[in-house]
Amino acid sequence: MSPENAASPLQYGRAGSNAGQPLTRRDGLLKVTGRATYAADNHPDGVLYAVAAGASIARGRVTSLDVAAAKAHPGVVEVLTPANRPPLAHDPDEKMPPFGFRVDVLQDDTVRYVNQPIAMVIAETLEAATEGAALLDPHYEVESAAVDLESGERFAPAAVGVGAAARTAHGDVEAGLAEAVRVTEVDYETPPQYHNAMEPHAVVAEWDGDRVTLDMPNQALALSAAAYGAYFGIPAENVLIRSPFLGGGFGSKAILNGPQILTILAARMLGRPVKLALPRKQMFGPVGHRGRTWQKLRIGTDGEGRMTALHHHALAETSTFDDFIEPSANIALPLYAAPAILAEHEGLRLNVGTPGPMRAPGAASGSAALEAAIDEAAEACGMDPLAFRLANYAETEPGTGRPFSSKTLRECYAEGAKRFGWSGRPLEPRRMRDENGFLVGWGMGTAVFHCPHFPAEARATLRADGTALVETAGADMGQGAWTALAQIAAEALGLDPSQVEFHSGLSNLPDGGVAGGSGHTASAGLALHKAGGDAIASLAELATADAASPLFGAGNIGVVAREGRLYRRDDETRSDSYADILKRAGRAQIVGTAKAARDPAVASAYAMFSHGAVFAEVKVDPDLGQVRATRLVGAFAAGRIINPRLVQSQYYGGMIWGVSFALHEEAVTDRRTGRIMNADLAEYHVPVNADVPSVEAILIPEEDAHVNPLGVKGVGEIGITGTVGAVANAVWHATGVRVRRFPVRIEDLVAGRAAG
Amino acid sequence: MNRFDYIQPASVAEAIAAVSEPGSVYLGAGTNLLDLMKIGVSRPQRVVDITRLPGLDRIDWLPDGGVRIGALVRNSDLAYDERFAKTFPVVAEALLSGASAQLRNAATVGGNLMQRTRCAYFQDLGSACNRRVPGSGCDALGGQSRLHAVLGWSEHCIATHPSDFCVPLVALDAMVEVEGPRGTREIALDSLHALPGSTPEQETTLAAGELIVALRLPAEVASFADNARYLKLRERTSYAFAVVSAAAALEMEGDTIRAARIALGGVAAKPWRAREAEASLAGAKPTAEAFAGAAELALAEARPSGANAFKIELARRIVARALNFALAGTPQEMPALPASPFSTNPGAYHVA
Amino acid sequence: MALSISLSVNGQPRDVELDDPRVTLLDLLRERLVLAGTKKGCDRGQCGACTVLVDGRRINSCLVLAASLDGAEVTTIEGLAQGETLHPVQAAFIAHDGFQCGYCTPGQIMSAVGLIAEGHAGDDPERIRELMSGNICRCAAYKGITEAVLEAQQTLAGADSSRRDAA
Repeated sequence: MSPENAASPLQYGRAGSNAGQPLTRRDGLLKVTGRATYAADNHPDGVLYAVAAGASIARGRVTSLDVAAAKAHPGVVEVLTPANRPPLAHDPDEKMPPFGFRVDVLQDDTVRYVNQPIAMVIAETLEAATEGAALLDPHYEVESAAVDLESGERFAPAAVGVGAAARTAHGDVEAGLAEAVRVTEVDYETPPQYHNAMEPHAVVAEWDGDRVTLDMPNQALALSAAAYGAYFGIPAENVLIRSPFLGGGFGSKAILNGPQILTILAARMLGRPVKLALPRKQMFGPVGHRGRTWQKLRIGTDGEGRMTALHHHALAETSTFDDFIEPSANIALPLYAAPAILAEHEGLRLNVGTPGPMRAPGAASGSAALEAAIDEAAEACGMDPLAFRLANYAETEPGTGRPFSSKTLRECYAEGAKRFGWSGRPLEPRRMRDENGFLVGWGMGTAVFHCPHFPAEARATLRADGTALVETAGADMGQGAWTALAQIAAEALGLDPSQVEFHSGLSNLPDGGVAGGSGHTASAGLALHKAGGDAIASLAELATADAASPLFGAGNIGVVAREGRLYRRDDETRSDSYADILKRAGRAQIVGTAKAARDPAVASAYAMFSHGAVFAEVKVDPDLGQVRATRLVGAFAAGRIINPRLVQSQYYGGMIWGVSFALHEEAVTDRRTGRIMNADLAEYHVPVNADVPSVEAILIPEEDAHVNPLGVKGVGEIGITGTVGAVANAVWHATGVRVRRFPVRIEDLVAGRAAG
Repeated sequence: MNRFDYIQPASVAEAIAAVSEPGSVYLGAGTNLLDLMKIGVSRPQRVVDITRLPGLDRIDWLPDGGVRIGALVRNSDLAYDERFAKTFPVVAEALLSGASAQLRNAATVGGNLMQRTRCAYFQDLGSACNRRVPGSGCDALGGQSRLHAVLGWSEHCIATHPSDFCVPLVALDAMVEVEGPRGTREIALDSLHALPGSTPEQETTLAAGELIVALRLPAEVASFADNARYLKLRERTSYAFAVVSAAAALEMEGDTIRAARIALGGVAAKPWRAREAEASLAGAKPTAEAFAGAAELALAEARPSGANAFKIELARRIVARALNFALAGTPQEMPALPASPFSTNPGAYHVA
Repeated sequence: MALSISLSVNGQPRDVELDDPRVTLLDLLRERLVLAGTKKGCDRGQCGACTVLVDGRRINSCLVLAASLDGAEVTTIEGLAQGETLHPVQAAFIAHDGFQCGYCTPGQIMSAVGLIAEGHAGDDPERIRELMSGNICRCAAYKGITEAVLEAQQTLAGADSSRRDAA
């Protein structure tokens, strides 16, 4: 028997559930009262504090540490150095599949980047541990570090991002460029950026024999539990990670890092719980970042402004000891209908911590360059940037010809432009002023992000009182997973979300996959959906086989689950409540389980992307060069929307990250030493409230019958893409200055053009 | 942070006595000193907490119309004091453009005067810094110095003074009252902060143990109240240090400038008073040419200390703009974005 | 050296024996009084996550020594709701989705409470944005934050005037 809700979710849709509605966050009450417990908020009895000492050189060797001075400081319990660091079961210089990077855990005295942990001090108080680390007074044998294009070693990477192709060619780009009427050739640079979630990476580690409990923010519970198991030589199930709340992740909390591993090691060594919360400065190094890129674009266009070729080359930094190459150039593949496209990458080895996925990896930095270059190509063709994009609209995936699982970008363009008031925009730059004399510019960019799907599992338990418990080891780092996933589960179970207890954020729950790639709602959601369907199916079997049930004998007809009851599909006057069905069967509960993954056949048949269009207005002081992004309008199509309130917040956040990329964020490195000179939140600028006077996000309806059975695409990362270019293009439109290095700085606009 | 002795004296005299021990420092609100202690730049043996000293938290109006501000008056209390903001609006605007509401609620007037440079090399213990370790060198030179000094720097130090508050204060002839082991004295604020020369470690002209107890603004400078603005360029709209800033104040007589005051922030190791520029405007008509000329004079001695030549041109432009703003008149109400170019003040801009 | 201080924390008198003068108010709250609602984001006054009220004023608790606060009244996020009844700022943050990850939220909310008490913003969203700029939200929930502060301010003003009317 196959109850309808398990077979065709889109049809049974919203019956009896709140999916699609803008519920406020389920964890809202805890978060506004301070009762949401983040990792470092835990305080087990006898807890010790760990503070790592970070290297102040980028390359060389630690020749001495004043361990005695640190140990002499009152309260210091132990100092971990390469000399006494207990062994690990996994070689930290070996990668940990699938996403694990090589980590620095005091395996030797070499230094490969600034802020690499070179020792760890454990003490009875945070104050003592902090001072202990300061007293270590490291001395170094300094070697000259690779810090920029000149000193780094270039190489051809085998893959970019997480296993993506380093080079993709469709058609003959050189021939396409040769036949072009115009070729726009531009270079763009993007800086190193650091995730800087408000919550620093933290862990409270407590061992009990060969079992360990880790309170830590974590975006990939099952993978991490397995990896920690490997490092500590214990089975994965002996590792319990508790991550009920993450104070932001943005990709950096999906990957193991040295300081957290060392803290867990210290807890085992000392037989006491140990707490670590990274100082903000140490967020710049050992926990990943968005690597710097140097990108070159060549866009050939014909007399009508149609592309004849698109060539996107990205050189991206990685560390000297591991590879994560921003897959920037791959952004050129899905968007524009060029008959010839070449996307290719090179790597550059620098003495930096290994980069990693940071919100919209590759897509953000690639889109920044591509969308600005598109604007330049439109300018070269004398075309409106929107008209230019429409002239190159890809109806099918460029190069492969595959159909899109859904693509509603045209509507995004139209609705976004309408809402923004794009029409009437002068083509020429420096034509608009406001009543106060500020230069005004309007720019746009196309937003796009792919739709990965991670295997995930879930469990749904219908209880005797008609309520349900649903469980999956997912992660809510602010995107609203607790709320949206509960809505999906409630829908699958035919219950109101208030009747559904949702457990997540624990590694001993069914594997909820990775909260990354904007794929968590779809991935964990599909598992929950199927688990709910499985529970309802079992319930239906009980009811239709029970002579006392109004549904008796309806097995071949099917039932519909709604509002805590099963209804006979052909006769809705006949129904039975979950509680009654279970009671008559003498069952305390009924459990549904599911594993869900993407059907590989569907995956290869369709190109799957979320799309959007972002329009930005900036104002620029004509003399002083200060810029403010005064208005942002984004229109996005991302399949079915589970919770529009939370989705809108994701878009706002992404778009503001785009503003940050365009105007604010940059890690500044001293070229002589490789030290990051602004490793703090005063000088590493991210937007503050006053930077965001107006942001709007329009949700364009879109149905997708292929991407997954829920029809859900991702929303977490797409907002950055498109926005960076939109803001940069608006700056050009305001000033006439093309700034090809992000972020746009005051001096670019002051030096780029004389006053007035 | 190292361990230290913590002392809370009950009087100024006790405080001065307590700080006479070597390795002692005064602690005000702590918004700057505690931060420097956390990052290891400051490692005092003894911390003398002056926040409980009686009588230093008052704003007193003097019989002649001047004002005496106790060193422990909090930045926000001063900025929002109605009479103060009306009499010295440019100071209030500068105060409100600094740091954040939380920091302004804590930070004291005296502490603001004593805050130390934002130079990243000063803050980074791995870098050579003559200001932090005399004779060790200056890694800011030839380093990431796009925001460093363009006036008054030396090959020993190119740091800038970070205060907004001090910029209009120095323009308005503020006086600093100091008590120390040798008694009481007054220093013009303009003389409080030292240029680096060959001794950048001597950041102020205070003698050992001296404590700022009050700040005074003379009655005469209230005459600038109608035409005074502070303008601050930042890399984000708020909660950021100045790239460059300027205070400008005009005393108008009909359509003639009777007197002008100009000072710059973010350009030197001290708030930079531009006296020649001021003099050029006295008796002049407030024309674009006159303002450009004043701006030219204000930066006449400027030279880049690194990749920061743009700051010189920017400083010229901000001086001219601040003068334009001042000419347009002090806003009736504090702008929503104090000191920001985006604190829209219709009519104050020229339109190209 | 032991230092004794007496504080009121969320209305509760607390006598604290400090064995270490280095303890900041933030670390006192989080690690010694185990009131972990107040968050540490930067520990340097650069993010606002640690904002609490001291004697009714919002400050960064990371940049003040606990030792210097003898006699102070401290209000943290845990002390804002009256039993199960949320403070209007808390309720407005939920209604306007003024947070995502929630980590900066205690600081944002305490800052908003302080801002409203200061009374300098009026109903001008631009002033609220400026005066909330000392609280960084990396998730960038700024739109919801600004809306929440505006609404809460109106709610509180309404409650005030109805109290006045009743009196």
